[in-house]
Amino acid sequence: MSQEIAKGRMLKVSVLRFDPNDPKDFPHMETFDIEEADGMTIYIVLNMIREHQDNSLKFDFVCRAGICGSCSMLVNGRPTLACSTLTKKLDAHFTLAPLPLFELIGDLSIYTGKWMNGLNERLETWIHDQEEELKFDKLEERMEPALADEIYELDRCIECGCCVAGCGTIQMKPDFVGAVGLNKIARYHLDPRDKRSDEDYYELIGDENGVFGCMTLLGCEDVCPKDLPLQSKIAYLRRMMVTTALK
Amino acid sequence: MKIIYTDVLIIGGGLAGLRVATGVKERGHDTIVLSLVPPKRSHSAAAQGGMQASLANSKMGEGDNEDVHFSDTIKGSDWGADQEVVRMFVHCAPKAIRELAHWGVPWSRVNRGNRNAIMNAQKVVITEKDEAHGLITARDFGGTKKWRTCYTSDGTGHSMLYAMDNKAKQSEVEVHERLEAISLIHENGRCYGAVARNLMSGELVAYVAKATTIATGGYGRIYSVSTNAIICQGMGQAIALETGVATLGNMEAIQFHPTAIVPVGILTTEGCRGDGGLLLDKDGYRFMPDYEPDKKELASRDVVSRRMTEHMRKGKGVKSRYGDHLWLDITILGREHIEKNLREVKEICENFLGIDPAVDWIPVRPTQHYSMGGIRTKHTGESQTMKGLYSCGEAACWDMHGFNRLGGNSVSETVVAGMLVAEYVSDYLDSPESAISIHTGNVEKFIKIEEDKIDALLNKENGEDAYVLRRAMEEIMMEKVGIFRNGKDLQDAVNELEELHKRSKNIEVFRSKSRAANPALFNAYRTQKMIKVALTVAYGALLREESRGAHSREDFPKRDDKNWLKRTIMTWSDPNATMPTASYEDIPISNMEMPPGFRGYGKDLTDHHPETHIRQSTVDMISQRLKAEGANRFEIQNALMPYLGKLPKKYRETNERLGENV
Repeated sequence: MSQEIAKGRMLKVSVLRFDPNDPKDFPHMETFDIEEADGMTIYIVLNMIREHQDNSLKFDFVCRAGICGSCSMLVNGRPTLACSTLTKKLDAHFTLAPLPLFELIGDLSIYTGKWMNGLNERLETWIHDQEEELKFDKLEERMEPALADEIYELDRCIECGCCVAGCGTIQMKPDFVGAVGLNKIARYHLDPRDKRSDEDYYELIGDENGVFGCMTLLGCEDVCPKDLPLQSKIAYLRRMMVTTALK
Repeated sequence: MKIIYTDVLIIGGGLAGLRVATGVKERGHDTIVLSLVPPKRSHSAAAQGGMQASLANSKMGEGDNEDVHFSDTIKGSDWGADQEVVRMFVHCAPKAIRELAHWGVPWSRVNRGNRNAIMNAQKVVITEKDEAHGLITARDFGGTKKWRTCYTSDGTGHSMLYAMDNKAKQSEVEVHERLEAISLIHENGRCYGAVARNLMSGELVAYVAKATTIATGGYGRIYSVSTNAIICQGMGQAIALETGVATLGNMEAIQFHPTAIVPVGILTTEGCRGDGGLLLDKDGYRFMPDYEPDKKELASRDVVSRRMTEHMRKGKGVKSRYGDHLWLDITILGREHIEKNLREVKEICENFLGIDPAVDWIPVRPTQHYSMGGIRTKHTGESQTMKGLYSCGEAACWDMHGFNRLGGNSVSETVVAGMLVAEYVSDYLDSPESAISIHTGNVEKFIKIEEDKIDALLNKENGEDAYVLRRAMEEIMMEKVGIFRNGKDLQDAVNELEELHKRSKNIEVFRSKSRAANPALFNAYRTQKMIKVALTVAYGALLREESRGAHSREDFPKRDDKNWLKRTIMTWSDPNATMPTASYEDIPISNMEMPPGFRGYGKDLTDHHPETHIRQSTVDMISQRLKAEGANRFEIQNALMPYLGKLPKKYRETNERLGENV
């Protein structure tokens, strides 16, 4: 095996804990000691703590493979996916905290899904077309292969919320749609199946809570676990929106 | 006590559940979806490699159609599938994929002209037709005669689920997130909804509905290592089983995927081998051609997993501290291909193994992956024994996979079954028999029962630790109910699981006593349910004294059609019993379009049923006569096994494809 590593490092894992359902509780740090094992991820660490040290510890994992976006949290203050973070890449003492800005369920468990649902409804992130009835017995509509690949590139967003937590603008403007929202608009704008016009998109994001709110701090792209080209897409949308506004 | 009324309660917000929801909404019915997680985080998102649909657009898919897809699926199932259901499925798969294309899935497309590919470790040039340019393309997958697996890079499930969830939002489908159905409400053999627990507040809510659909996926997490998401714990099957009325089918039919990474069990898609990747042993030797000279790495999943295990037993595995493994080599595909078509695989290798799959071999071994068994239903998705209860997708035993599912047929099943079940449920809702007649007092009794169970778990003293029981169950399943099975181990497994089941009645939730978001509490009641599900798997496997598809008995190596051409049916009618009850449902040969035959792997070890050759000669006679009379393939098929009448009317039309019916 290629991933032989020094075994037996004692890890100190400090977790920001708080149970909003418990009126007596208040936010506090709690530190757990755990022996490192080969190939250990934060997913394994947290489950071992829950199973052997504190069964009330709250956190969210679903796929544990970096594809569902459930387990985003702050690792040493930086938004990332916990499941695909190997402990060997961290110092022996590290801290875990829930992503800021989202509703807290308890400890490291946050409700990113609720925020994302709101965003999707607000931006109407679905194909808009006027066709009356879908003819699913006929040959499908053709699409240029390169365009399909380009749409997929932007479709890879997993709505984990890291870009939102890493965004400076949203700290000041809570209604800002964030890189996740702008990326979605870029995705649908690229898609010829969506018949919305530039003016329609302008209605959605042509203001300070949309594409003109971004301060270009690049935090979103730095922390995106899927390496989405967020900044170039935001820049593209901004040019497009300016052109639309001047029409 | 809170009671919420709706027309259709859908339990599970993955591809299958969401497709049913949009379908019933379109028919004008009200629906609520309960989901453990935000729907976009469902396990459907983890499907990487693709969705089978016989579009026949790409060069290597030429000549494909419903008949070829049908035959591949039946062979893949080792003749365990319901052939009418498979026909319904292969007929609707092209419709489902075109619908999804319309809803926004960026399917990878055919690019006209020459392209390089790897086939059987050789570089080849494939020339795509001009007229196919821009249509949906497909890749090769195991156990298929044609390249039929349509994809978006290796994030197919993700793209499908996102398009589906967005469509559901457009249709204003109401989703109640972080709600877990913990029991079904039923009376006189009729299902009226479910009692659900809010995983944030702990509140118990009764959802009363005319029809209830379970689409909660598989039960892979009863094994200690599984490719499944950690929420795939078989809760849908468990609550159906606990009614004592609904039945589970073929629970012992468990698929092991050949290539999950070691040790964590995360999947690398079959697309790796479909695109030309090889399996190598500790000497870097490509061993699959020795075992399966014809299909090699692309034999059916059950076959490849067994061959890999056999090869490791011969001492050819690579030793590691996590046990033996083999290598998956995709370096020959080249960096450009990997970074475009196998991106998730690349990220998984980087993040979890610290390797670059364009340069390094990937450590893999067969790992629990798919549950062919599930809630036994009719072709309409309705339980055979409980009125008003439906199920579809991996949660169900519909039964289109029999004893082995083909890669690419699962996400395909979710959307096809989803669109069909939506129609059947809607028809039921439109009929007077769907009227609700349960007294609210009786609904409240169901809530009370669950409240009492939760009280018991929290108030118990000197009880059992749920984690200890759960880990024991996982190990038993892994070691004794795995790829190769035998009577002695299975008997031990059943005995040990029965003992665990008895102990699980004594589970105590230690320390953490909160009724709200309390992981110790949900682990406790889920463990009780998981052990019951595990018992149906192990017990079914013990009783089935033959080898069929993924169920491989070392002490009964032959497929025994004489005695075992039947589905295992499990019930748990007495709540105080410590074991489920098994019965069997015959799979009749007399109406099969494709009577049992040889799958084409290894030696033919089948004990054939006496009726097989009678039916085969009838099939041959009818086909030859009609062919001579100039009948087309649809007419011949219809004469052998008519099925169109079972489909909802809107889905009966013939599919267009290049060069056919256009």
